[in-house]
Amino acid sequence: MEGLIKERIQQVRDGDQRAFEDIVEFYKDKVFQLCYRMLGDRHEAEDVAQEAFLRAYVNIHTFQMNRKFSTWLYRIATNLCIDRIRKKKPDFYLDAEVAGTEGLDMYSQIPSEGKLPEEELENLELKERIQLEIQKLPEKYRAAIVLKYVDELSLKEISEILHLPVGTVKTRIHRGRDALRKSMQSL
Amino acid sequence: MRQCPDDIEEYIHDYLDGEIEREKANVLLDHIADCDECMLTFQELNRTIALLQGSHIVAPVSFTSKVMDSLPKQSRKVNMKRWLQRNPVLIAASMFLMLMGGTMFSYWGEEQQFSFSKDPDVIVLGQTVIIPEGKTVEGDMVVKNGDIKVEGTVHGDLTVINGDKYLAGAGEVTGDIEEIDQLFEWVWYKVKETVKNIF
Repeated sequence: MEGLIKERIQQVRDGDQRAFEDIVEFYKDKVFQLCYRMLGDRHEAEDVAQEAFLRAYVNIHTFQMNRKFSTWLYRIATNLCIDRIRKKKPDFYLDAEVAGTEGLDMYSQIPSEGKLPEEELENLELKERIQLEIQKLPEKYRAAIVLKYVDELSLKEISEILHLPVGTVKTRIHRGRDALRKSMQSL
Repeated sequence: MRQCPDDIEEYIHDYLDGEIEREKANVLLDHIADCDECMLTFQELNRTIALLQGSHIVAPVSFTSKVMDSLPKQSRKVNMKRWLQRNPVLIAASMFLMLMGGTMFSYWGEEQQFSFSKDPDVIVLGQTVIIPEGKTVEGDMVVKNGDIKVEGTVHGDLTVINGDKYLAGAGEVTGDIEEIDQLFEWVWYKVKETVKNIF
């Protein structure tokens, strides 16, 4: 499949815009899922996912053909999501690390803005619940966890996408996963 | 509270990432078989992962067309280039016809005049080329828009375009004799000649 995608990329570079359609078609679900997991809102996810493909198209000449295209595309999408999350943040600086904790910031201390009353929460289906819990994760854990399970990416690939050492990615996945486990315990 | 090995949680995560060494895996499996608390953690993590993977989130229906519509419009030049790339045979054929047609019809116009292959031995009377008796033309003889009278010998092909040939009793042409009168034949002759020249 990667071979076919590379072929399409070459065609796009040669000026064949229609060849991009196959690329979008092939990756749209993964990219959308990635954005949805990061942002927790379908409209916003669609918006950002489209923007990601548009950026990929415009910058297609900077893609190195010997690399994996999905990694490159996910990186664009992830960065756009992180930008979007940061823009939504309130003025006071919530993601400053809490003194004496490693990697814990104010976000992990407070419920997300979309918090629903307890009884409604219980009515949510589990899959909606997990999405809500992902939303509560600090953004840096969220990105690692989401990438890990959107496309079964390896730690190495995730480290390339996030420009982080593999060890850091591993720690974030472990912590993020454990935070999710704890929040899902009640169900 | 039961004493759990220090790194047991890390082992669980490494196990879930598929990145655990065999030795550690054995320690982990031995431990969770005995320790309810760690077993529960392990099960909860597996359930969380299943939830993370499980829900099939797909892009909205018209996603691809929306993306395609948002792309910057390609310039006419690029479209033309693409079209050319897609139809190379058609382009080659029409180019060929255009150039061939152009040159041929311009020849047709130019060549309304009387002309013939130059040879010191031929005599020209008005629009008629005469190869006198006893004279020999070495090579092909082509006469355009005029007649030819062969009393001598042509050591080669004789071609008459838009004219008549008179072959006298003593006259001899060693090669082919060809008379071309009509436009179509003339075009055909020209094409044959071009092909011959190419190969």
